[in-house]
Amino acid sequence: MKILMLGWELPPYNAGGMGVECVRLCKALSKKGVDIEFIVPYTADHSNIDYMKIRPAHPQDVVEVLKAGTTYDSSRYINVKSSGEAHSLDLQDQVELYEDAVGRMVPALEFDVIHAHDWLTCRAAIRAKMISGRPLVIHMHSIESDRSGQIHGGNPLVREIEALGLQMADRIVAVSEITKKSIIREYDIPEDKIEVVHNNLDMAALPPLSEENEYHYLNHMKQYGYRIVVNVGRLTIQKGLSHLLQAFAIATQYRPKSFLLIVGTGEQYHELITLASDLGIGNKVLFTDFQRGKRWRDAFTVADLYVLPSPTEPFGITALEAINYDTPILVSKETGVAEVIQNALRVDYWDHNEMANKIVGVLDNDNLRDELNQNAFKELERLNRSDGTADKLMSIYKRQAAEVTA
Amino acid sequence: MSKKAIVLYLHVHQPYRVRHYTIFDAGVSHDYFNDQTPNVPTNNEFIMHKIAEKSYLPTNRRLLQILKKHPEFHFSLSLTGTVIEQLEAWAPEALQSFKDLISTGRVEILAETYHHSLAFFYSRPEFEAQVKMHEDKIQEVFGQKPKVFRNTELAYNNDLAYWADKAGYKGIIAEGWEKSLGWRNSNYVYQPTYTDNIRLLMKNYRLSDDIAFRFGDHSWSGWPLTADKFTNWLNETENADVFNLFMDYETFGEHQWDETGIFEFLEHLPKQWLKSQDNTFMTVSQAIDAFEPSDRVDTPNTTTRADTERDLSAWVGNSMQTGAIAALYALEKKILDTKDQTLIEDWRKLQTSDHFYYMCTKWFNDGDIHAYFSPYENPYEGFIAYMNAYHDICYRLSEKGIEI
Repeated sequence: MKILMLGWELPPYNAGGMGVECVRLCKALSKKGVDIEFIVPYTADHSNIDYMKIRPAHPQDVVEVLKAGTTYDSSRYINVKSSGEAHSLDLQDQVELYEDAVGRMVPALEFDVIHAHDWLTCRAAIRAKMISGRPLVIHMHSIESDRSGQIHGGNPLVREIEALGLQMADRIVAVSEITKKSIIREYDIPEDKIEVVHNNLDMAALPPLSEENEYHYLNHMKQYGYRIVVNVGRLTIQKGLSHLLQAFAIATQYRPKSFLLIVGTGEQYHELITLASDLGIGNKVLFTDFQRGKRWRDAFTVADLYVLPSPTEPFGITALEAINYDTPILVSKETGVAEVIQNALRVDYWDHNEMANKIVGVLDNDNLRDELNQNAFKELERLNRSDGTADKLMSIYKRQAAEVTA
Repeated sequence: MSKKAIVLYLHVHQPYRVRHYTIFDAGVSHDYFNDQTPNVPTNNEFIMHKIAEKSYLPTNRRLLQILKKHPEFHFSLSLTGTVIEQLEAWAPEALQSFKDLISTGRVEILAETYHHSLAFFYSRPEFEAQVKMHEDKIQEVFGQKPKVFRNTELAYNNDLAYWADKAGYKGIIAEGWEKSLGWRNSNYVYQPTYTDNIRLLMKNYRLSDDIAFRFGDHSWSGWPLTADKFTNWLNETENADVFNLFMDYETFGEHQWDETGIFEFLEHLPKQWLKSQDNTFMTVSQAIDAFEPSDRVDTPNTTTRADTERDLSAWVGNSMQTGAIAALYALEKKILDTKDQTLIEDWRKLQTSDHFYYMCTKWFNDGDIHAYFSPYENPYEGFIAYMNAYHDICYRLSEKGIEI
């Protein structure tokens, strides 16, 4: 089985969970003997990946692509060109270039199925399908209404691309039931065209913890009864951090010895710093800006509770990372991860009192924290052992390939 | 009848800016102020070298010449404890040039808080401790005992005047803001309400800002400002005993660069002004001795030198600022009880008002004067670095077994 895979990013050049998930499922597929050619919109060193062939769409530095935008920058996709001055390529230019390049490459490539990830590759995927006549599987890690934080919201140009891609797809993969529901709600796609393949976490691929935690201060303060809530991710409306801040402000009234660590950056960075101060918890909330590597991992470890308060979250891979690094999770009910982990606290993202109640509950009770954590960890291990991602995708590929030949 | 006097008062101050201090530093390094990164605006040593070179040395050289040339020339000065320390450490020749001025006996030094803090509004005992520290430092370095008080940022109200009166100061200075002055103008000596002896001199902010802010501004109708023109403005002013020109010392060579002609202006001003037999220069104390107070001035609300509001909102106008300053002062008793001088000193350095000024968001979007004076990319970066230092102070307290 040969797959042409279209994706915008792969670690370490990823902006979020999508790149991580692409790597995980390609690795799993290659173990099943699937040949993958993965086309990315840039040229970069991916020599650490040996289980598939990575092709650049065109010679272009990865920095150029990142500057133009990632899958999460859909609000920056516009049709209006700034006139006069020389400017670097924007997201629309990048999408068009990628589409053209893929279109030129397709005739020389051999494959049975096209598998494309998220809206940025939709146009190229449609082109590849038109040229080759091969079936198209579109994998939705998030959709525009998720990113905008609003039902029926978002950039209409991006919605149009998504609508077209989903209609042209022969099969759609959604990363959670909640994403499947959103796709039906937003784009009137028939239910039986969509299959849910949950994200998972490749525990074996995650680096182990090493030596001292980078968050010395927070670690130190634990011995004096302080407990720590953490969120890691993009500071954007989709992630609902303003709800967490409001809930945390209530929680600190009942449990003053609490810190909230927020690791990441995004368009809400300054807004959230201001909100924390407005709520009178400026000395309880710590912002670290964007971090990678050890400082990223150690944030999960230093936490007593990981909170994911997204109004809508297609999956929420960071919650699984938290569990992997021994931290229990409190997630909003509207997250994909809540579908696969039962040993998690759940809350409506808008219910600040209840969110505060659960935060205080865990921070005040180490036994509850440890029990939740142990059970969630077992669940995650089980998910890892019995991971059916590759099998599910294989059967989708086979069925689609068979339909074409038939 | 006494001559008309220019009362020139220059304020010398540098804060200990907090370096790019992250949460990963908290609990690991207790060093917030000593940024060794070359040529960055949070490197205090680098800034001190730059300012000594551009402002302190060339200005003092000229002031000394003027003092030698014109026996009538007098002026007033104040230096915060934090700038004196930095001069001692990194620019001893500039410190010597200040000493040379003061040893002429015609330069008066004013009292203020050692750490250039807003302690008066947050803790009276802490405020008094810092005023005492400053007085001792001035005595030690310059051999003078200040008789006139100036509060940080010219922050002033009736309570402060009452305090300074009881503390035995003969004078206090403030912004000449219309809301306090009412129908009066700032060109007379006044007395604050509810006081017995103390006198009040209020800054003529129009004339002061013509030099301090507008001097190099080509779009200003008064540009180019020459000593001749400026003197004419003063001579044409009828209702005046004194012209209180209060400004940052760094106006000369730093806020207004050499290229603007600011140094030539400084050199020529005494010559032009003293051409008339009716004109002279006075220190603040001399003005108080020479003129009877013409009225009492009531200032129930705090006035300061900053922004169009002339209140404390440049320092404590948003929740980041109020939260940070409240958190810091909430530690006061615990910090002082440790009797750990290093810890107390670091805590005091964090009281310097500049830290809160950097967090001001009032005109952040317009990128104005606040941005010019900030070593940080934006107010949020300033806030984060500051709060991380605050957390490390908490860490150090906890290590001493103090409940935080």
